[in-house]
Amino acid sequence: MLNRRSFMCAAAVVLGCLMALPAQAQEAVKIGLILPMTGPFASTGRQVEAGVRAYMALHGDEVAGKKVELVLRDDAGTADQTRRIAQELVVNDGVSMLMGFGLTPLAMAVAPVLNQAKIPAIITSATTSAIMPQSEYYVRTSMGGPQSALPVATWAVENDLKRVVTLVTDYGPGHDIEKGFVDQFKKEGGEIVESVRVPLQNPDFAPFLQRVRDAKPDAVFVFVPSGVGSLFMKQFVERGLADAGIKLIATGDVTDDDLLNGIGDAAKGLITGHFYSANHDSPENKAFVEQVRNANNNMRPNFMAVGGYDAMHLAYAALEKTGGDADGTKLIEAMKGMEWTSPRGPIMIDPETRDIVQDIYIREVKEVDGELYNVEFTKYEKIGDPNTAK
Amino acid sequence: MSLMAQGAIRPAAEDQAEQARARRLLQRRSAIRFFEVIIWIAAVVAIFLLPSKMLILTEIAILALFAVSLDLVLGFAGIVSLGHTAFFGVGAYAAGLFARHVVAEPVIGLIVAGAVAGVLGFATSFLILRGSDLTRLMTTLGIALMLAEIANQMAWLTGGADGLSGFSLDPIVGLFPFDLWGRNGYVYCLAVLFISTMIARRIAFSPFGLSLKAIKSNPTRAALVGIPARRRLIITYTIAAIMAGFAGALLTQTTSFVSPDVLAFHRSADVLLILVIGGTGYLYGGIFGAVGFTLLKDWLSVVTPQYWMFWIGLLLVVLVLVGRERLAHWIEYMPQRLSRLREGGR
Repeated sequence: MLNRRSFMCAAAVVLGCLMALPAQAQEAVKIGLILPMTGPFASTGRQVEAGVRAYMALHGDEVAGKKVELVLRDDAGTADQTRRIAQELVVNDGVSMLMGFGLTPLAMAVAPVLNQAKIPAIITSATTSAIMPQSEYYVRTSMGGPQSALPVATWAVENDLKRVVTLVTDYGPGHDIEKGFVDQFKKEGGEIVESVRVPLQNPDFAPFLQRVRDAKPDAVFVFVPSGVGSLFMKQFVERGLADAGIKLIATGDVTDDDLLNGIGDAAKGLITGHFYSANHDSPENKAFVEQVRNANNNMRPNFMAVGGYDAMHLAYAALEKTGGDADGTKLIEAMKGMEWTSPRGPIMIDPETRDIVQDIYIREVKEVDGELYNVEFTKYEKIGDPNTAK
Repeated sequence: MSLMAQGAIRPAAEDQAEQARARRLLQRRSAIRFFEVIIWIAAVVAIFLLPSKMLILTEIAILALFAVSLDLVLGFAGIVSLGHTAFFGVGAYAAGLFARHVVAEPVIGLIVAGAVAGVLGFATSFLILRGSDLTRLMTTLGIALMLAEIANQMAWLTGGADGLSGFSLDPIVGLFPFDLWGRNGYVYCLAVLFISTMIARRIAFSPFGLSLKAIKSNPTRAALVGIPARRRLIITYTIAAIMAGFAGALLTQTTSFVSPDVLAFHRSADVLLILVIGGTGYLYGGIFGAVGFTLLKDWLSVVTPQYWMFWIGLLLVVLVLVGRERLAHWIEYMPQRLSRLREGGR
């Protein structure tokens, strides 16, 4: 019936594509970008895509004589979709590189595909340490494990915050950050009063904040996924922790550039540690922020966007180094040890772990030209992921 | 009572005629229909004609198996479930853990996963025997949510929120490895879907299946004519759980990864949606629905990665307003419809 005819049509189209492929492959290098564009993590996808497209807008779509083609696909934050899309991009679209992956399970799910197909995957967002050992073909341009938390621990001790309660969201990255902070903080001579974990789904911070208040620490160290930062801040103020003299220190996820203005004045004075602020003072960052704002309805780029931007830079630089050779193993070799100046500052891909090594900035939320920004005031240089470092 | 008394006095010849009539009715119900043959032929032909679409076809086969299992529960036994993914998820985790810690051969893993899901189905079936539709809705939903949280918390076993990874599967029965193109994976899933659907079909169109429909339409009356409603519901629920477990195991084995998402609410909702699209109570609704839903989703998400959810929502509303019954009947009775139209009837 209907089925048979459409099958024949589809088959003809597929055959046509297959025959057209070799001729095309000579000039074009395809990069598959898999992001959660719908669902609860859509903001991640939007930011990363903006970053990737900003890079292509600023640097053109040609590198080493090849045209770079971007294939964007949505996985709605579902791991088996990510895996299927990755496999289809490799098998059907013939992509030479994969990019994206909003969450840890999404990145983990493609490991078998990478190992079988031998093509690199550049992680723009997922941060768990456990991802990197799963495949030799992972590279990361976001952040590795508790990277952003270590300097916060050091800074806290240096600034006389000796008794701290940690409060993290109860999932992979949260555990990484908690462990990283606690280890570093103890090493510097601080005392961890209590470690509190908050559920990932439907978080209500009130009871947990009450526990923190009762423990009377000098400060509370917080990590929550970027989306719930504003909810957390609201409840933090409501519970009167600031009035009780408890300082709030956090990773930059809480004061995500994309959401900071929405949090409002409650965020002012908040000290966070992170790898990127849209306020970073460098010509690279000025061009980047301007490009993203112009192309995306004045949206302010956040750390996700810069992860996408740098992923694209890494892809371009690797292609340049191989002279346009899109062989996966050659590309991943080219990426190892790559150093460049990103909008966030100088960064490097560790040749051993393929993870990112970068400067972590300590910032304070301040009003600049009528908008709230994370204003960097000190930095800790060349921080790697302590969990994967060999 | 009076029926039995009548049967006793009734002459043997009349009795035989009644029996023959019943048999004919059952045979007509269970006769293989035109569209069934087409579906299976199309599914097999696809292996050769659509080599680049193996992965999405695999996904369809898995989803179809999951939907067929829900149809047994919903369309035949009349149990509304919002937590059918509990069995899907348990099957997925069971297959993953089995492959990781015991044997990495898929077929054994599949059977084990089905058994584990079946045990869970049997145990929880006693809960759904109580109460009305609303109670069942909440009970099934609650069980799935509990399992999701357990899977999230028992990180030492399930990998928690990061998912279960780090295992790879041996070739199917030691001969056919899971290739990057997904061809063997598809054939494997299709075979499991075919066998399971045939078993479900045998159950659904037998006197047993008829008795289920009787229970569905009026439980009290069914009990009065002597149908052991409780036992039949338990058996059906358990079988459906085993099939859902198979579907979960297939997902694990074809992706060699289990994410905690297999127990998420949206899976239960999706599979209900598929039955809404495809229709309940004739088993193939699950298959039609899965094909339609997946192709639509895939096509739309390629065309417009940001806004495809909007279009799917719109299409669903239109589908429900136009009437899925009508659409399904066009497919099933196309030849009759056409001839009737020609005669100018109706």
